[in-house]
Parts: sequence; structure tokens; C-alpha cells
Amino acid sequence: MSGFNLAKMETLKQTLESTLESVDKVEEWVIQEAGIAGFEEDEQHQIGMAVRECAVNAVVHGNRYNSKKRMHVEIQRTPQALTVIIGDEGDGFAMTSLPDPLAPENLLKQSGRGLLLIRAFMDDFDLHPRPGGGTEVKLVKNIVT
Amino acid sequence: MDAAGRITLGEGASAFRGAIRDLVAKGNKKILLNLGEVSYIDSSGIGELVSGFTTVQNAGGQLKLVGLSKRVKDLLQITKLYTVFEAFDDETEAVRSFS
Repeated sequence: MSGFNLAKMETLKQTLESTLESVDKVEEWVIQEAGIAGFEEDEQHQIGMAVRECAVNAVVHGNRYNSKKRMHVEIQRTPQALTVIIGDEGDGFAMTSLPDPLAPENLLKQSGRGLLLIRAFMDDFDLHPRPGGGTEVKLVKNIVT
Repeated sequence: MDAAGRITLGEGASAFRGAIRDLVAKGNKKILLNLGEVSYIDSSGIGELVSGFTTVQNAGGQLKLVGLSKRVKDLLQITKLYTVFEAFDDETEAVRSFS
């Protein structure tokens, strides 16, 4: 018998309005899926917070609360990892333009810590243009068995 | 000042901001912020903590923290804000530190 593992992947998708209520919904949904995937409570909280930061970026900075624009969320659950993809319909985003929130001159700035938290809490983070316009982020948290 | 619930983007963060500004406007210079009942802070909430800190400092006062949960302590570590905020586990010790 070969060691080939045909891993089962479950994919769930939602399209939501550009509101803070949608941000709360996405966070709750992801925490629930993280629990199903087997993550412990602290990890669920961290995944939820990372996803919340991305959802806020999509709604606030990407779609700018525009009622005609949507946030697109996809959750992929495999035995190896939980992957969350969040897309907006905004004008795009250049990560290189962001100041380092840990630099001494930026420590007392009010904003700019979202990506720092996302990177701290997730195993992989990728940001790229969304097909059809906007920005898409992909967050991965590995399941350690 | 006792904070409770969620300090996140939206109503939670703006209510927190308003409360700090009220205290400063009333002339309070020594503000101890008890976060013991705060269940959740996101990056916007952290931003409000920083903004509160600078508001109080610019008015010639001090803002210190007490009752931080492990999760909030972790956030301050990740963001390096533990180097900015004076934080205490014990309220009596925190109050004494102002004198």
C-alpha cells in the first residue's frame, strides 16, 4: 500500500456586505471552523483576530464601506491546515508603502499594527491582486498533530 | 477607570476614546486603566490605548494599566508597547506608583 494520502478538503464560501457587522460575522464563522479543525481556544482566538484584521482592511480600506462592493471570504479546511482567503473590490493595495509599526518613531502611532498581528498569529500570509479587481489575502494556519 | 467588554473598531473603540477624553477634560492627571474585564482588543483597540496614552501625556498626566489578561499582555509584547505602557498586576501597587 502506498503512503499517498488523498486529503479531504472542505471549501466554504460567503459573500458579505461591506459593514463592520460583516467583520464580526466572518470572525465568528472562522473561529467556529477553527474549532471544527481542532485548534485549541487560544489558537481559535488568534486565527479569529488575524481574520478580523484582514476583514477590517477589506471593508474599511479596500471597499471603503461602499454598499455596492462586497467582501468575499473562502475557508478551506484540510487535515493539514486551515486556509482563509479574503477578497475586496477596492483599488488595490501596496504593502511596501506601510511603515514598520515596531520602529521607535512609529510606536505611538494610532494605526498600522494589523499586518503585524496577522503575521504573528498565522503561519503563512500572502497578499495579491484579486482576479477581477481589488485585493485578496490568503491566511494559513497549520494543524500540528 | 474600569473598561469592560470589547475594544474593537466601531462603538467599542469610540466609547473608550470618549471616556479617556472626558477624564482628561475634567482635569484628571493620574489615570489608572483597569482592563480586567476587557475580553477582546483588536489593532484598532490597541490604537485607542496608544491614543489615550498620548492624550493624557500631552495634558501633563500619566496613564497606567492594571489587570491585563494574558492575551492583552501578548498583544503588548508583539507590538512592543510593553516598552511604552507601565502595567501592573496589582491595583494597590499601581495606585502607589503614581505618588
